[in-house]
Amino acid sequence: MTAAKNHTEVENGIEVIDVSKQFGDFEALKDVNLSVPDGSMTALLGPSGSGKSTLLRAIAGLENPSQGKIFISGEDQTGKPVRSRNVGFVFQHYAAFKHMTVFENIAFGPKVRKWPKQKIKDRVNELIELVQLNGLGKRYPSQLSGGQRQRMALARALAVEPTVLLLDEPFGALDAKVRKDLRTWLRRLHDEVHVTTIFVTHDQEEAMDIAEQIVVMNEGQIEQTGSATELYDEPVNDFVMGFVGEVNSIGGRLVRPHDTQVFPNEVEDSTRVEVDRIVRLGFSGRIEMLTDPDKREIWAQLTRSELETLNLEPGSPAWVKPAPDAVTREDTGALEAAVTAESPATDKPTPSMPGLPV
Amino acid sequence: MTGERLTRWGLRYFALAYLALLLIIPLGYMMIETFKDGIQPVLDSITEPDSIAALKLTLLTVVIAVPLNTIFGIACALLLVRSNMRGKSIINALIDMPFAISPIVVGLSLVLVYGQNGWFGQDLAAMGIQVIFSTPGIVLAVIFVSLPFVAREVVPVLQEVGDDQEKAAETLGSGPWNTFWRITLPAIRWGVSYGVVLTTARALGEFGAVSVVSGKISGQTETLPLYVQKQFETFQSVGAYTSSLILAVLALATLLAMNLMRRKENHE
Repeated sequence: MTAAKNHTEVENGIEVIDVSKQFGDFEALKDVNLSVPDGSMTALLGPSGSGKSTLLRAIAGLENPSQGKIFISGEDQTGKPVRSRNVGFVFQHYAAFKHMTVFENIAFGPKVRKWPKQKIKDRVNELIELVQLNGLGKRYPSQLSGGQRQRMALARALAVEPTVLLLDEPFGALDAKVRKDLRTWLRRLHDEVHVTTIFVTHDQEEAMDIAEQIVVMNEGQIEQTGSATELYDEPVNDFVMGFVGEVNSIGGRLVRPHDTQVFPNEVEDSTRVEVDRIVRLGFSGRIEMLTDPDKREIWAQLTRSELETLNLEPGSPAWVKPAPDAVTREDTGALEAAVTAESPATDKPTPSMPGLPV
Repeated sequence: MTGERLTRWGLRYFALAYLALLLIIPLGYMMIETFKDGIQPVLDSITEPDSIAALKLTLLTVVIAVPLNTIFGIACALLLVRSNMRGKSIINALIDMPFAISPIVVGLSLVLVYGQNGWFGQDLAAMGIQVIFSTPGIVLAVIFVSLPFVAREVVPVLQEVGDDQEKAAETLGSGPWNTFWRITLPAIRWGVSYGVVLTTARALGEFGAVSVVSGKISGQTETLPLYVQKQFETFQSVGAYTSSLILAVLALATLLAMNLMRRKENHE
């Protein structure tokens, strides 16, 4: 790919140093530090209002940080206008230029840079092929599907060979099936183009699926940075633990459902619960239980033979406790606070959390 | 079911009757009256020097006022929607003033400021510029009364469109000027053109404010609406009707031009 060739010389990726951002009294970002390796794909993951979009927009220059510095390829970007940062930005709602054709949309950046006509034409055609919109160059955005529009927006952002590609909830406005296809496709595209990429998402599955590095954010701060495995196996706190996977809150500690042991009789350090429902899913299954006395829902993931050995019925009492080698974190209520702060009218998938049905 | 139908038909006929009584019958009757004695008297009254002068003056005010108010209106709308400037609400309220104030008051206030005994009148007169009872005063009055249309049409469109496309253009390296011409203006073009049509209609037809500042000198400071009134008052009905018809045709032509532009674009 020609695009890949142009990015191999770049020394380092993105450095964010002590960045804070205030909107009036609201602190959207608090002393954020982050480094994104060159050519990597990084996800900013967090609930709404966690500051992930603000951080992305600050890197692009769409927001001016109240303090701190941002470097792209070793160059200080602080105070530089958006248009001189050479970033490719993809908006959640595509931001397609509605009065221009697909071709004209993609050609916009090269035209602004006054490339020669033939070069623009070749580049646009190359990108149309790359994002698989062959034959749709003369269509207007209104004649495209959501997924096609987002691919056009991606091609438009890539047309000027940006140093970094920033995507703000790129698949948030698409339905589940298209979203899944597009993210696999984006991963493959990244393997071809190798441009340093950051994308914002609230969907932990999306982040774990395609990002090499995941940055978990909450309340304007970075909670943890690491690979999907690191975050899952060694979460620094209960918020990260709950945000990157399913959790139960048992006796003041968070534990994963597959690390939740169920007993028919009381054992040491166990918590009494009431069996609510038993679900058999072929090889595996789960027991849904209500804690006593506050009726919070928890569940355990078990194999079929474990389920049969237990032989529990809905309504019968049971005792639960974390498995001996389980990863557990103290439940400080941080996750619950963050998730209840999200708007209730959202159709976004929220991470599973204690006290809510999974 | 029948009740529903009754309401629907009732509403339809009511709307038609209303329009007919207020618009179609009077305008139609005026047209019949105009051509009552054949085409010759009509042609004679059109080619009357005073009539031609009035038409020219009216078109001149339109040609000056409409572009100025279009630029001002777009700038104002951008300021109101896209900037975080303090005092936005004051500008917002001020823009509506010409709608709220009677045109006569506008005319009188212009006389007060620019007239011979007004604030600027003497200084301007010393420089050889006469505003009141002259073309500049008429143009000023027309600009004033037709000021809000473009801004009022463009503000909601700008809000509806949002700034995503502009931001996207910015990330692609586009400067503010390029973004305005290539992204913002195309996105709001229908709001602008509707505003222009309304501004033009108002500028063509303005009577109250203009009549105060014009001095009504036939052949010199008489716009078409003033000319119509003078013809009407001196019982020259064919002249009055003919000029009225010209005014109506000009307004309709503007509307039609916009619709044609729109239709052409939709076919593309």
